[in-house]
Amino acid sequence: MGEAIQYECSNNIAWIRLNRTDKLNSFNEIMHKEMLLALKDAERNQEVRCIVITGNGRAFSAGEDLEGVTDDLDHGEVIRSRYTPVILQISRSKKPIVSAVNGVAAGSGLSLALACDFRLLHEKAKLVQAFIHVGLIPDSGNLFYLPKLIGHAKAMELAVFGEKISSQQAMELGLATKVITEDAWDNEVQSFALTLACLPTKAFGLIKEQLSRSWEMPLDEFLEAESYSQRIAGLSYDHKEGVIAFKEKRKPDFQGN
Amino acid sequence: MSSSFSTILTETSEDIGMISLNRPEVLNTLNIRMVEEIVQALEQFDQDPFIKVIVLKGQGRAFAAGADIDEMMNKNSIELELLNQFTVWDRITWIKKPIIGAVHGYVLGGGFELALCCDILLSSDDAEFGFPEVSLGIMPGAGGTQRLTKLIGRSNAMKLLLSGERFSAKTAKELGIVSAAVPNEIVVEEAMKLARLLAQKPSLSLRMIKESVHKAVDLPLFEGMQAERKNFYLLFSSEDQKEGMRAFKEKRAPDFKGK
Repeated sequence: MGEAIQYECSNNIAWIRLNRTDKLNSFNEIMHKEMLLALKDAERNQEVRCIVITGNGRAFSAGEDLEGVTDDLDHGEVIRSRYTPVILQISRSKKPIVSAVNGVAAGSGLSLALACDFRLLHEKAKLVQAFIHVGLIPDSGNLFYLPKLIGHAKAMELAVFGEKISSQQAMELGLATKVITEDAWDNEVQSFALTLACLPTKAFGLIKEQLSRSWEMPLDEFLEAESYSQRIAGLSYDHKEGVIAFKEKRKPDFQGN
Repeated sequence: MSSSFSTILTETSEDIGMISLNRPEVLNTLNIRMVEEIVQALEQFDQDPFIKVIVLKGQGRAFAAGADIDEMMNKNSIELELLNQFTVWDRITWIKKPIIGAVHGYVLGGGFELALCCDILLSSDDAEFGFPEVSLGIMPGAGGTQRLTKLIGRSNAMKLLLSGERFSAKTAKELGIVSAAVPNEIVVEEAMKLARLLAQKPSLSLRMIKESVHKAVDLPLFEGMQAERKNFYLLFSSEDQKEGMRAFKEKRAPDFKGK
């Protein structure tokens, strides 16, 4: 690790910084490899209770590095071998994952942000469904997440017209958790991550899982899964701590397990 | 129960016997000693009149990630023939009590073969199954090609065995290998719930049903039907059959004695 991304853990937060600044953090094979390693490490590390993905330099990510796109490229295989593992890892993660979109998020850079649990947008960030402009379809889960976030009709418009979306527009569409000004960026991203890192992390993971099941399961199966999830939450330290804190009229001190 | 086991843990919870594979530092990879101990523990629980159901699980991050490669790597065919190490697996076939497998993490190679010896399998939803033997230039040797094929059919078994690919608990559920995939945290708890449910049933019925189901897999239909019928008749010599039918007529809960 360390060539295409920077990765560090501090104060229960894992920071993944896309670091191909001269290429606007566009994806290549090594960046995907390192991201996947970092995400897996953060998942295993018991200290980590929140993961932040952001970009160094001007851009969040400009998407796939077009330098690697040659005539004989098997686009399907690129998705399958490089993008899919990252998107699945994010979806299976039981920890909150924030994308702190510091600048332009285009193409699969936007897809990455959509796959995260929360999106913090820099006031000057731009979101672009760039795929249509090169005759491709939004990939790496883009069309899976987009209609769930903003509805079918809006997802269609964004995917088909590929217009630049400002952070304000993104906020109105429901794509952003928060828009943050230049001055406040570092502090607010940090404090948002810290808030997540203090949650009962076990319960967070179960909520994330149940929410995604709500799109996939019929009600009876969903309710069965819910009873499993609540059983697991009910066994957690943080549940006991929460109940005791409530009775003692103090703030709970969650440990994440 | 013998306390001389070094690779497994055994314990009982009322009338349920539990066997835990206990070499977590090597993800419970099976070696000769471990398989021998598992089979001995199964046999001891099978003979124990107080035990009705057996639960098999793995300690640590995996159920069992395969077999101990070092143990066989440098053996030749004749040594393996004379060692005859897989014959111990045949004794699992003779266990009469229901075996519930609660698997999680890696369920690979020999570990998968062991899981396939269970009568009912519950899996954690993040478990990974597979027969990677083909990629080592060998093949499953403890029943993998036979049990998997009988369980899921030739076509699906071929694909999984020839490719050696790993597959998810979800796929295992769809293929009918596991009866349920539940969260990792509660897979043992769910297996114990099921075990307690079965332990309340008349044990002779469990025994005859298990035997008959195995016959269905191995015998032609006609032979299987004859075997089933004999077992059906046999149960009419049990006290539990009299009690069960009487209780049903009297609209009360039966009080089974296991006799």
